[in-house]
Amino acid sequence: MPPPALRVTDLVVRYGTRTAVAGLSLQAEHGQVTAVVGPNGAGKTSTVEACVGLRRRASGDVEILGSPVSADGHVATQVRDRVGVMLQDGGLYATARPLELVRHVAGLYPAPDDPGTLLERLGVDPGTRTTIRRMSGGEQRRVACAAALVGHPDLAFLDEPTAGLDSVGRREFHALVRERVQDGLAVVLTTHLMDDVERLADHVVVVAAGRVVREGTVTELVGDDESVAFRGPLHADVSGLVSLLPPGGTVVEDLPGHYLVTGAADPMVLSAIAAWCGQHGVRTADLSVGRRTLEDVVIGLVGEL
Amino acid sequence: MKRALRQAGWETRLLLRNGEQLLLTIAIPVGILLALAWTNLVPSVVGPDRIATALATVLAVSVISSGLTSLAIATAFERRSGALRFLGTTPLRRSELMTGKLLATAVVTLVAAAVVTVVAFLLGWRPVPGSAWAILVLILGTACFAAWGIALAGLLRAEAVLAVANGLFLLLIMFGGVIIPVTALPDPVAMFARMLPSDALAEAMRVAIVGGRAPSLGMFAILVAWGVAGGIVASRTFRWS
Repeated sequence: MPPPALRVTDLVVRYGTRTAVAGLSLQAEHGQVTAVVGPNGAGKTSTVEACVGLRRRASGDVEILGSPVSADGHVATQVRDRVGVMLQDGGLYATARPLELVRHVAGLYPAPDDPGTLLERLGVDPGTRTTIRRMSGGEQRRVACAAALVGHPDLAFLDEPTAGLDSVGRREFHALVRERVQDGLAVVLTTHLMDDVERLADHVVVVAAGRVVREGTVTELVGDDESVAFRGPLHADVSGLVSLLPPGGTVVEDLPGHYLVTGAADPMVLSAIAAWCGQHGVRTADLSVGRRTLEDVVIGLVGEL
Repeated sequence: MKRALRQAGWETRLLLRNGEQLLLTIAIPVGILLALAWTNLVPSVVGPDRIATALATVLAVSVISSGLTSLAIATAFERRSGALRFLGTTPLRRSELMTGKLLATAVVTLVAAAVVTVVAFLLGWRPVPGSAWAILVLILGTACFAAWGIALAGLLRAEAVLAVANGLFLLLIMFGGVIIPVTALPDPVAMFARMLPSDALAEAMRVAIVGGRAPSLGMFAILVAWGVAGGIVASRTFRWS
């Protein structure tokens, strides 16, 4: 059995005295999209940077395509030949034009794809004379995505790839990634956009405070549970409501005065919500019952997103 | 080596497209040459060899400017913008990136030197057989200062590199034996300046262009020793991010 495309074991990354990644372990398989999700500061980008050799790790092991990444971040060139990376921000030569930049990056890899075709596929005119500096944020993300994938990698790290992209751009990106994954590409996707995760991810890893708090497929994470959303008192203590719920039920004030109750959504829960609102002197408003979304689940797990 | 050459081509293209860079590496040296040739601002650049002396001085200034100052600043700001971080994730090795930068700097310096030489020719300077030694001096000098340019970029933050690289440039051309010969400097300063690569570079240029002779082995030795030291510091301090 071939090794996984990426294996991270007990990874610890520190910035001075602050611990950004605190013993995180995950695995990404060939031909799959592994999404790493969590709130800002959860350690997602630090994990990616430690994997690709841009960040020194304090402890733990990282293995890419069966080869170990040394503690100081050294990744063997024959491994880097097979890895593509899209950084969260920056990374593009501002004075270059898209085609010449992607063509230059292609030339660093042993068996690259055609840069012009790839740019076109991502909605960037390969013939444009506009420099990257003068392109919009979304257009720059498309160029960065092309630069990450042009080397025809076996493993791609895509950090916030669709941030700033319009809906057409996101659709083009989703289609390209799915196509590449069917050909065997392993993708490690870090994002805040649950729509990307629901459309692309085969495996989801939820991280918070530098640790994995839950993982599984989207279906496994969402489960069959329902959720109840409602408007109620502003910034109220929810412990009283939690005590009225069946075991495992959670309550999160995801927006000021807007609450999300996860777990069963039976009449007992609905009456508990109404009673709790009554105790706080407000009437329950905009109450709705539905299947939980992935975003509900992740917010329920980590409190924010 | 293929990736290093590709990187060199890429860096050269970006350098030649950058207007500020061209101003620094070509327009300013030409301006200094004209100023030295037409005025008595610098006492050492007088007499019958005035244009030849001015050319040697300007070539030395140009090597220090593009090798040390421009390369250090450009590399530091590439790191700040994240461009180096991205390259660090590709198959490009750090040695290939450094070789690429060194080769690109050499190409741009040679282009600048060619322009300055043509202007000197138009002003009346005529090459003598030994002048060709200046090409070797130019290449060695560029390698030496480029190594320190990359080293400096690895040692400091971008803003600090901007200040230090410009400050060092001024110190070296004023008190490092380039514009003011070491013989005109106070003894303690002169003793120190004689050990600097700037003096070896400028003196070797003057010997080749004004004297038409081969520079001494000592001058080459100083340039090589500083270059090797710079290369060691650069390889130890280089960071992708």
